[in-house]
Amino acid sequence: MAAITETRETIDRLAESGYQYGFETAIDMDFAPKGLNEDIVRLISAKKQEPEWLLEWRLKAYRAWLTMADPAWARIMHPRIDYQDLHYYAAPRAPAPKSLDEVDPALLEMYEKLGIPLNERASLAGVAVDAVFDSVSVATTFRDSLAQVGVIFCSISEAVREHPELVRKYLGSVVPAGDNYYAALNSAVFSDGSFVYIPKGVRCPMELSTYFRINARNTGQFERTLIIAEAGASVSYLEGCTAPMRDENQLHAAVVELVAHDEASIKYSTVQNWYPGDADGKGGIYNFVTKRGACRGAKSKISWTQVETGSAITWKYPSCILQGEGSSGSFYSVALTNHRQQADTGTKMIHLAPNTTSTIVSKGISAGHSNNTYRGLVRIMPKARNARNFTQCDSLLIGDQCGAHTVPYIECRNQSAKVEHEATTSKIADDQLFYCRSRGLSEEDSVGLLVNGFCREVLKELPMEFAVEAQKLLAVSLEGSVG
Amino acid sequence: MLEIKNLTASIEDKTILNGIDLVVPDGEIHAIMGPNGAGKSTLSYVLSGREGYEVTGGSVLFNGQDLLAMEPEARAAAGVFLAFQYPIELPGVGNANFIRTAVNAVRKARGEAEMDTVAFLKEARAAIKRLSMPEDMLKRNVNVGFSGGEKKRNEILQMALLQPSLALLDETDSGLDIDALRIVADGVNAARGPNFSALVITHYQRLLDHIVPDRVHVLAGGRIVRSGGPDLALELEAHGYAGLEAA
Ligand SMILES: Nc1ncnc2c1ncn2[C@@H]1O[C@H](COP(=O)(O)OP(=O)(O)OP(=O)(O)O)[C@@H](O)[C@H]1O
Ligand SMILES: [Mg+2]
Repeated sequence: MAAITETRETIDRLAESGYQYGFETAIDMDFAPKGLNEDIVRLISAKKQEPEWLLEWRLKAYRAWLTMADPAWARIMHPRIDYQDLHYYAAPRAPAPKSLDEVDPALLEMYEKLGIPLNERASLAGVAVDAVFDSVSVATTFRDSLAQVGVIFCSISEAVREHPELVRKYLGSVVPAGDNYYAALNSAVFSDGSFVYIPKGVRCPMELSTYFRINARNTGQFERTLIIAEAGASVSYLEGCTAPMRDENQLHAAVVELVAHDEASIKYSTVQNWYPGDADGKGGIYNFVTKRGACRGAKSKISWTQVETGSAITWKYPSCILQGEGSSGSFYSVALTNHRQQADTGTKMIHLAPNTTSTIVSKGISAGHSNNTYRGLVRIMPKARNARNFTQCDSLLIGDQCGAHTVPYIECRNQSAKVEHEATTSKIADDQLFYCRSRGLSEEDSVGLLVNGFCREVLKELPMEFAVEAQKLLAVSLEGSVG
Repeated sequence: MLEIKNLTASIEDKTILNGIDLVVPDGEIHAIMGPNGAGKSTLSYVLSGREGYEVTGGSVLFNGQDLLAMEPEARAAAGVFLAFQYPIELPGVGNANFIRTAVNAVRKARGEAEMDTVAFLKEARAAIKRLSMPEDMLKRNVNVGFSGGEKKRNEILQMALLQPSLALLDETDSGLDIDALRIVADGVNAARGPNFSALVITHYQRLLDHIVPDRVHVLAGGRIVRSGGPDLALELEAHGYAGLEAA
């Protein structure tokens, strides 16, 4: 009993100190008035000097959104969101910087503090960063070296101006504007995000990454990311995110679209560390995100890897549409919930073409009073001869107040398909914990080690630099939560 | 020096240790023998701080410190090491990473500098060689898929790298082939010295042929019923434990 009480105290202590990114940065901001209507949509589009077709696209999405309802099927609970009580645009008032030298020093300092130096000399070797602050991209590093091999890496606003034909061709081609409630909302009001184009046959010479930061109050963040890999191209992309600690909930409704042509490969990794709220579930980000990749070409590959430790609520199903013959999709996920966090996350693998394969490895860790659901769909369509899927869903429970749920949907319309599903639920065993402690590891380090062991198959999919960060993040998010 | 005085302990209200008195001076190796269910493993768990064992009386001093008041990790830092009778598997946790984390946790607690990966691997490889263990033991997950004997050798590897001042070896010889037995015994003998003491729990004289103990104790019914020199083990081998409990 004593150990349990002690553990509770440790959790409480950590709840206050655990989130180290919770500071706020004072920046002079330009806000759109609160509320959402067609004028706001027009205002956003005008601020970004968008062409007429894009404004029309946004308005159509907005009108579609008005007719939709928020999804009720997920195992999450939250009070109704008042969409009229939010700002839909917030950007630093200073004019957009033309180069890194012009970026507001306060912003540079903030990113520095987050461990994301935007100074190219100080940055992680071999990683180019697009930094998105509230609604706008404030800096993109290493653009010139990337341009030399024809890789386009810029903010989506800039892509709309500089590469309108590409944006017009692909925007909404994977996640249509009216796809779902949050995607429609995003399509109407998206502010910024990253754009990546890898030309035919090019292996992107560096890791690309976007770092999202919510700073402003009462502001929704709606970023939009579009990545296109032409035939034979390949790219590895990573996104990270943090937000200040606030008592009110903040909405983050992003859309990510990936397109892989013949034999192209896109590896998309996420380390999601939005503010999760406090121990009683006050505050935190609502992370309602639509991510989808289209394997358009033969033998193309899309791989999603996510480590989700933050957010009050996560609603997210990075998916693959396997259209190209012999294409393959994978989804590697760690979702960790503690305190009152809720996660309903998983993937959809839609097999349309013959010889397509998909792999799903999901590791759910629940602690405290949290709720963690894996929800996954594997759909084999009639033409998907010899399709293969392997799904493995493991849940780890820490304490006895939390919930873990696995909801796999399998729809198979081709007899030759092979679909395998394995699921386990376990606890950190007392003897494992004691074994570690008897070797000198603290209780917290022991839990961290065991949880990292549990997630190993997923963590090894992350790019090296980020795997280390993700490991630390898991340990920090869990410290002391042994029951 | 380890000093156990009138130690009593129970599990779920069932008394297992019935008043243990035992002193192990620095530099000495004592063997503990005794019938199945006598409380030998229980004693080793109580000494290393496993939860679920309630100490109902008595005291344990280790180098003057009240061992029973310390967390398991603090005992490890103070120099106590338990080689488990049944080593635990840690899926997904690499053995090298695990041992290095442990070594550094202990070094840190003792105020010593942490070891970097290169220095650690050098030591680990040397220890592996001494113990005639396959090198891939470092790369594999802790005890996962190890054979019974490999698990025991892995305990000795950890002991060699953690360099405890008191080792509790709970039937480390069980399940070992003759060669492995000698290797494990060599591992313990190599650690022998004025700053190392050990409690070697075993059922078999053959281990004590290799690790010659300073004292042999018989634990039965939760207490030490007889103590003697190395010859006591031979006597037990010949006559069994019959009649000892009454003694
Ligand atoms: N968790 C437990 N719950 C109930 N009884 C237990 C528990 N653990 C041990 N015991 C009991 O305590 C007694 C002592 O067990 P212990 O494992 O210490 O014996 P041992 O001397 O190590 O035996 P062996 O030579 O077989 O290893 C046994 O009767 C055993 O059944
Ligand atoms: Mg035993």
